Amino acid sequence: MAAVVRLLNRGVLSSAMGQHYLALSTAAKVQASGLKAGHALPEKVKIVEVGPRDGLQNEKSIVPTEAKIHLIDMLSESGLQVIEATSFVSPKWVPQMADQVEVMKGIQRKPGVTYPVLTPNLKGFQAAVKAGASEVAIFGAASELFSKKNINCSVDESLQRFDEVMKAAKEAAVPVRGYVSCVVGCPYEGKVAPEKVAHVAKRLYAMGCYEISLGDTIGVGTPGSMVDMLEAVTREVPVSALAVHCHDTYGQALANILVALQMGISVVDSSVAGLGGCPYAQGASGNVATEDVVYMLHGLGIQTGVELSKLMDAGAFICRTLNRKSSSKVAQATCKL
Amino acid sequence: MGNFPTAVKHCLSYEQLIKDYPWLRRWLQEEKIKYPEFVKIVEVGPRDGLQNEKEVVPTRVKIQLIDMLSGTGLSVIEATSFVSSKWVPQMSDHSDVLRGIQRAPHVQYPVLTPNMQGFQEAVAAGATEVAVFGSASETFSRKNINCSIDESMLKFEEVVKAAKERQIPVRGYVSCALGCPYEGRIESAKVAEVARRLYEIGCYEISLADTIGVGTPGSMLKMLQRVMQDVPVSALAVHCHDTYGQALANILTALQMGVSVVDSAVAGLGGCPYAEGSSGNVSTEDVVYMLRGMGIETGVNLDKVMEAGDFICSALNRETNSKVSLARNRKL
Repeated sequence: MAAVVRLLNRGVLSSAMGQHYLALSTAAKVQASGLKAGHALPEKVKIVEVGPRDGLQNEKSIVPTEAKIHLIDMLSESGLQVIEATSFVSPKWVPQMADQVEVMKGIQRKPGVTYPVLTPNLKGFQAAVKAGASEVAIFGAASELFSKKNINCSVDESLQRFDEVMKAAKEAAVPVRGYVSCVVGCPYEGKVAPEKVAHVAKRLYAMGCYEISLGDTIGVGTPGSMVDMLEAVTREVPVSALAVHCHDTYGQALANILVALQMGISVVDSSVAGLGGCPYAQGASGNVATEDVVYMLHGLGIQTGVELSKLMDAGAFICRTLNRKSSSKVAQATCKL
Repeated sequence: MGNFPTAVKHCLSYEQLIKDYPWLRRWLQEEKIKYPEFVKIVEVGPRDGLQNEKEVVPTRVKIQLIDMLSGTGLSVIEATSFVSSKWVPQMSDHSDVLRGIQRAPHVQYPVLTPNMQGFQEAVAAGATEVAVFGSASETFSRKNINCSIDESMLKFEEVVKAAKERQIPVRGYVSCALGCPYEGRIESAKVAEVARRLYEIGCYEISLADTIGVGTPGSMLKMLQRVMQDVPVSALAVHCHDTYGQALANILTALQMGVSVVDSAVAGLGGCPYAEGSSGNVSTEDVVYMLRGMGIETGVNLDKVMEAGDFICSALNRETNSKVSLARNRKL
């Protein structure tokens, strides 16, 4: 009976062609009869760990350089493949990242792991390469007001500035990752049109970014707005080049990540211990915690390559250093009987 | 498919087609996930929530909380529990609470009744709906209510029989549906068996509870697939704990399977008795926020729920567990 319910729920295809293909493919039959809600989830998900950069950048206490290096080294041992190490912005804007060069030079790079860094302009890019960076990231916004308030120029102007960085990166054969912020909501503009997000993502992809991370900067997204946004973006950028960067400010992050996976996304950004509050809602949480994401993915049978216990050790370390409680619920839950 | 030309074979492979033309999924309407249009929220804050809070809350505060919740649009508010006060001191004022609340029209106020004695006291205090608690784990049943699953079913049968005579609907709970603090993994077949038994003895709705919050969308899916073979999805509810942060993702999965009743607690009241300091119930505010964002009707006014949440948190002198409340309160 449940199978009938499922078939009915699937809103059996109106397209005869679709039915024909489904009938012919046994794998699709399994798909249809089995995991409707399991909806072709990726077998593997790449986690992009942004704790040392996005996380620490939004923490009030300045973390000593040795602690940053130790954190990154611990994360390197947990199985993570990508760890965003630092940001080559001007220290006057982001004092937490003032030790960018020492951090880059101090970490023990594990083979097979990449350590991208943020480079807001050519100057930052050059400093990054000099310090040994082999991957960089640039930032665009889907909201005009956010762009103006954050970096004092329009979205188009900001993308033009990155042209220089893209050119230099190409010459140096350095891959570039693109971020789009405010993809489902802006602290100034409110709702953000999915077409605008698609436009910015497409520009970044066309400029040469190998991957575009779609950021729910203030965490207002829900599975509803997330799907609408991803539908628009996946029309312009191949889903294999997309990532989601969900904030957990309204507790929606894991649900949002789940629908993104169901739409074919297989790269997820997260931050160990959920480091990094929300700069637009003081005291509220920001980044989704890597531990909680990994717990969910492993529960879904999705491979991440990450050892949860080692990850939790790294989280415990940085929380002790920052003298704060972990924002990860998995870390907080220790089942004592 | 031996003699077909490769091009044709290629065309006949659904997976290959989808790989080459990702938009095809959407065009074929294959990936359009259907959600219920309306979700009924069962508010368990005053009972499950407060029961797991350390501070004993004065009766008038409990009554005020329930009265505030009655004005939010919620259609079901679990008011109290007729268990022995020696086991659950927080609920010792059960009769006073039930008599003291202002019952809003179109709102149900179910109460827990673990046995006949509790049921009779509940009826005497004016209860018009009751709930019974079964477990999918033998060990949990023995440790929690001091009897085996089979023995507990006999007690529930008595209650349901008496309730039927008075035309009082009975809701059934199955605890440890996704994991047990003592036994660890719980077989979906066992959950299905207990759910089916509760349904057969006459419970109109079965709430499947992830008591220690260990479930993930993976285990939720498997469990629901099995339970739905024995109990119609329209009679199922999910009661997710957020101890490992998985609650909303688990609820989303349940909605995708056709479940349209969700239990939650205002302000995420109620810690986890098995993981000290951890959170327990998922917060109503966060659930309503998600459902609203998905265009799913609940009838619930989020602002009014947050007001009720603010009230009870200040009475308990604790911070809310609701991220939505936290974000709204702290907005710059």
